[in-house]
Amino acid sequence: MGDVLLDIRDLYVEFKVYEGKLKVLNGVFLSVREGQRVGLVGEAGCGKTTTMKCVLRILPSPPGRITEGEILFRGEDILQMPPRKVQLIRGRRISMIFQDPTAALNPVFTIGDQLMTVIRYGSRNSLPKKEIRQRAIKALQEVQLPDPERILASYPIQLSGGMRQRVCIAMALSTEPELLIADEPTTNLDVTIQDQVLRLLNALVERRNTSVIFITHSLGVVREMADWVYVMYAGNIIEGGPKEELFREPLHPYTRGLMRAVPKLTGGGIAEGVPGRIPDYLDPPSGCRFHPRCEHAMPRCSQEKPPFLPVTGEHRVACFLYQG
Amino acid sequence: MEPILEIKQLKKYFVTSRGTVRAVDVISFDLLPGETLGLVGESGSGKSTTAYTVIGIYAPTSGKILFRGRDISVPVAKRPKSLKRAIQIVFQDPGTSLNPRRTIGQILELPLKVHRIGTREERRRRVAELLRMVELPEDYIYKAPHMLGGGERQMVAIARALATEPELVILDEPTSALDVSIQAKIINMLIQFQKEMNLAYLFITHDLSLMRNVAHRVAIMYLGKICELAPAVEFFERPYHPYTKMLLSSIPVVSEEEEKVKPEKIVSKGEIPSPVNPPPGCRFHTRCMERNGICSEAVPEVVEVGEGHLVWCHLYGKKEER
Repeated sequence: MGDVLLDIRDLYVEFKVYEGKLKVLNGVFLSVREGQRVGLVGEAGCGKTTTMKCVLRILPSPPGRITEGEILFRGEDILQMPPRKVQLIRGRRISMIFQDPTAALNPVFTIGDQLMTVIRYGSRNSLPKKEIRQRAIKALQEVQLPDPERILASYPIQLSGGMRQRVCIAMALSTEPELLIADEPTTNLDVTIQDQVLRLLNALVERRNTSVIFITHSLGVVREMADWVYVMYAGNIIEGGPKEELFREPLHPYTRGLMRAVPKLTGGGIAEGVPGRIPDYLDPPSGCRFHPRCEHAMPRCSQEKPPFLPVTGEHRVACFLYQG
Repeated sequence: MEPILEIKQLKKYFVTSRGTVRAVDVISFDLLPGETLGLVGESGSGKSTTAYTVIGIYAPTSGKILFRGRDISVPVAKRPKSLKRAIQIVFQDPGTSLNPRRTIGQILELPLKVHRIGTREERRRRVAELLRMVELPEDYIYKAPHMLGGGERQMVAIARALATEPELVILDEPTSALDVSIQAKIINMLIQFQKEMNLAYLFITHDLSLMRNVAHRVAIMYLGKICELAPAVEFFERPYHPYTKMLLSSIPVVSEEEEKVKPEKIVSKGEIPSPVNPPPGCRFHTRCMERNGICSEAVPEVVEVGEGHLVWCHLYGKKEER
């Protein structure tokens, strides 16, 4: 593995709402190395997407506000950069694929208009029109879309969901980014189409050695897509490590509960994973935010926030059970 | 045992300006009391149309739906009230299936009022009992749906479906909008209710791993037709239809043991074609790895490959003839 590309350190984010402050991110640590495929798993509302919005500096503010922390991209803090510099990173060096390709594409412009705009603004020097078009066609071929000429002239509505997501992947990769953030890119797709899109994405990033952050709520998808996994709960990264280790021996009680609750192809019923529900961010639990739902909760858990420390090798966990 | 529901040669077409959509194109199956049948398919396969035709939202184009031996293939307006009481449905999105302007108490009382069950006092007690059944606090009767979490709302939708003591409940992707930890709770509750009340479930879903743990039998639909129907264990241990194999091998799993259950890796390809112009012959032939000449010409007949294990595929039909 290469050098550290992205390093999120102790990130805190709040949202101001009528009732008070939503303390959403509560000290997030996450790092991505060159060529690494990082999976970020967690249930709805745990802060996965909020974290990524901070990386791209597209967090709506107000109501959102980053109160603490730094996001180092090749050693430089994105949060301290002037907006112009962030713009040069966004889309060129870091690009993003969103969950819903229908919402990500503009319905009143053709695929060609949109894809060629991305290529024009994404390239470091200005390109002749012909060259832009050729690159667009090449980008569509790479995502295995048949008849790219016809697709360039199509509107999003004329394509199926799977094809639209391929177009979004083509757009995101057309500027040869160093880091690709994929936010639940296959959640809306059928399982056979998901399989195709995941395989395609894997092949493309492998060929270019692009680093990836793959956000999903599905442990199964993460197992296919990532070589490093982070688990998030209520605004904290609670566990992280190499995929094989994390799936072989999940440590945090929340991760273990999630693994139990996934319906297995081998049958045997569905274990009740984690009782209770995600906390209210207006008044989150003190100490470890998971302690009200945790079967192993100790007095200490409600008093201090457990640090995110290594247990074996690089397998890290934020839980006092493993910190003597 | 007499089946509670029999679907015979059911067809549902929708006539649109762009042509006739053959959403459900001649399917037959039955459902026993106390049984869960998983109806699985990708979007556009016709699984929800089948469910909506059974509940009466659509009238069938042709074919018969028998409930306890009685023909109910008429639209919902023409069905007797007792029938509506016996067949209930839980929709996918509890955010839109619960009236945002009513309290949970009013929502749960409505089916009792419609079917004139009990006095006002008895209905109040029944609503409290229903909330207890789905393990929600009693003071929720004063809350509005938006004050509840997604999982809790789905519990309310389930309680509402059970209010009239139905015999058949249609579950239309009841947990696919929810997180896995909440899904586990809801599924286990549904299984428990089934045992206690001898409910029959027609479970519509795209999640095969879930069906492995819930269904007694599984039917796979593709483009308005059933491809394979089998008892759940048999279905996962010995899948026959190439589409079933493709589906199974596409599922992302979390352990090595599960990888072993999957059939040898069949690379999924292509997309589900339009139901306006379905391919001739076997509808799956455009994406099938094992197709041959006959597949694009003749519609496959059903073949029984094991006890209660039905497959609609030419691969197996031919072997029988020889």
